[in-house]
Amino acid sequence: MISHLLSAADLDAETATLVLDTATELAAAAGRSVKKFPTLRGRTVVNLFYEDSTRTRISFEAAAKRLSADVINFSAKGSSVSKGESLKDTALTLQAMGADAVVIRHQASGAPHRLAKWVDGAVVNAGDGTHEHPTQALLDAYTMRSRLGRLDGLRVGIVGDVLHSRVARSNVLLLATLGADVTLVAPPTLVPVGVGAWPAAVSYDLDAVLPKLDVVMALRVQRERMTASYFPTEREYARRYGLDARRLAALPEHAIVMHPGPMNRGMEITPEVADSPRSTIVEQVTNGVNVRMAVLYLLLGGALKSATTPQEGAR
Amino acid sequence: MTPAMESLPDAVAAADDGPGAVDRTEPDDRRILDEAAVSRTVDRIAHQILEKTDGGAETVLLGIPTRGTPLARRLAERIETFTGVRLPVGALDVTLYRDDLRLRGPRALERTDLPSDGIDGRRVILVDDVLFSGRTIRAALDALSDLGRPRSVQLAVLVDRGHRELPIRADYVGKNLPTSRSESVRVQLREVDGRDTVILTRADA
Repeated sequence: MISHLLSAADLDAETATLVLDTATELAAAAGRSVKKFPTLRGRTVVNLFYEDSTRTRISFEAAAKRLSADVINFSAKGSSVSKGESLKDTALTLQAMGADAVVIRHQASGAPHRLAKWVDGAVVNAGDGTHEHPTQALLDAYTMRSRLGRLDGLRVGIVGDVLHSRVARSNVLLLATLGADVTLVAPPTLVPVGVGAWPAAVSYDLDAVLPKLDVVMALRVQRERMTASYFPTEREYARRYGLDARRLAALPEHAIVMHPGPMNRGMEITPEVADSPRSTIVEQVTNGVNVRMAVLYLLLGGALKSATTPQEGAR
Repeated sequence: MTPAMESLPDAVAAADDGPGAVDRTEPDDRRILDEAAVSRTVDRIAHQILEKTDGGAETVLLGIPTRGTPLARRLAERIETFTGVRLPVGALDVTLYRDDLRLRGPRALERTDLPSDGIDGRRVILVDDVLFSGRTIRAALDALSDLGRPRSVQLAVLVDRGHRELPIRADYVGKNLPTSRSESVRVQLREVDGRDTVILTRADA
C-alpha cells in the first residue's frame, strides 16, 4: 500500500480495486446500530482546509470518526494563516502535534505534494487547485461500479468545465487505470492545454456523444476560478452543454447521471435531471464516507513505519 | 489416513495451482487430518453442539472469515442432516477490530453477514479454523458487542494448537494439536482451497 494519496495516478488497478472492495464491505456495516469501528483508536487525523468545502470536509470528518480516530479541523479562516503563516510553518506545527494523517485542501496545485515532504504522517489530497481530487474519483468509480456492476469497458462522458476541474483529471486517470473509456465533452475554451496526453477522447458535441454513454458526469462551472470569459452567456452554455430532460432521454436506458457537487442548478444541470432517479448525486455523498473510511483504513491501519517486525501469525 | 488415495488428486492440484502448491513437497510437512478425518471431525463437533445446546435451540453459527465461514456452513448442514433443524449461519469479519493491524499492516476486509433475525438474545457459536493466540477471538467478541447482545457466546474450532496469549478457551475442539511456536498450522478447505486437509509445517522462515 502507498503511504500518501496525492494523485489518482498513485493507484494501480490492484490498489484502487482494494480501496473499492474495502468500501463495499464498510458500506455493508453502515446499517448497524453501532456504526463506529475501533480500528484507528488513538490516531489523529487533521483536516487542513485552505479552501471552502462542505461535503469533502464533513465526509472526511465522518470517515475518521467512524474509525474512532481523533479529528482536528483546521480552516484557513480564523487561523494563523490570516496572519501570514506559510504552509510549511503550519505543516511543522501539525508535525509537532503528532498528526498521523493530514487531509489537505489547498487552492494551489501541488500543495499536498510539498506537504508530504514536510510531515511524517500520511497526506491525503482532498483537492489541490485545478490539479487533482483523488478521493472524489474513487467515490465516483465506486458509485459507477455499484450502480452498473463493473468499470472495465464502461463508457463515461465528463461534461463541462474540464479546464478548472480537479475532479475531471483525477477521474480520467483513475478510470483509465480501471479500464473505463472516458470522453471529455467541453467547449474548446474549457479544454485544458495538453489534453492530448490524457488517456481520454475529447469531443465538443454533447448530443453526438450521449447515446453511447453508460455514465454522464456533469462538472460544476467554476466561476470563482474564471479569470476570462470562456463562453458568451450562461444561457448559451446551458443550451450546448447543460444536462436537461431532453438530453436525459437521449441517454441509453441504463445510463446514470453524476455530479460531484456543489451544483449550479439550471446551468450545467437542470433540477429535474439532478433530482431524477437516474441521478446518483446524493448516493455519491453517502459513498464518499465509505470510500474515505477505506482510504484512511488502508493508509493508517498499519502505517507505523518503524514497526516493521511482523509477528508470527496471531490467530 | 489413506495416503495412496490422497496423493493422486494432490498431484493434479499441484500442477494446476502453480507456485501456490510448492510447499506440499517439503519433507517437514506433516498431514494432521485428511479429507475423511476433517469430515468426521466436523460431524463430531456438530453432535457436540447439539448436545450442549439442547438440540440447537436459539443458536446462531457465526464463522470468522476466511475459513471459519465455510466451516460454520458445514456444521449447519451436518446439524440439519442429523436433526432436520436448520440453524441460522452468518459470517463475522473481525479485521477492523484486530489489535495487530499496526504490526502487520491493513488487510482486505471480508464479508460480515448476520442472519436476518440478528444475534440479540441468541446463543452465538463463533466458528474458526485454528485457535492460537486467542487474539482473533478477542477481536470477534468486541465486534459482536457492537452488533448486538447475544445471550451467550461459545467457540468452536477445528484445531487448537495452543500458545494462548489471552484467557480464552474453546467449547468445541476438533483436534488438540500440540505445536511449537516455530511451526505453523495450515487448514485447507474445499470451498476456499479446493481440498480438505490440515497440515503442520515447520516454518523456518
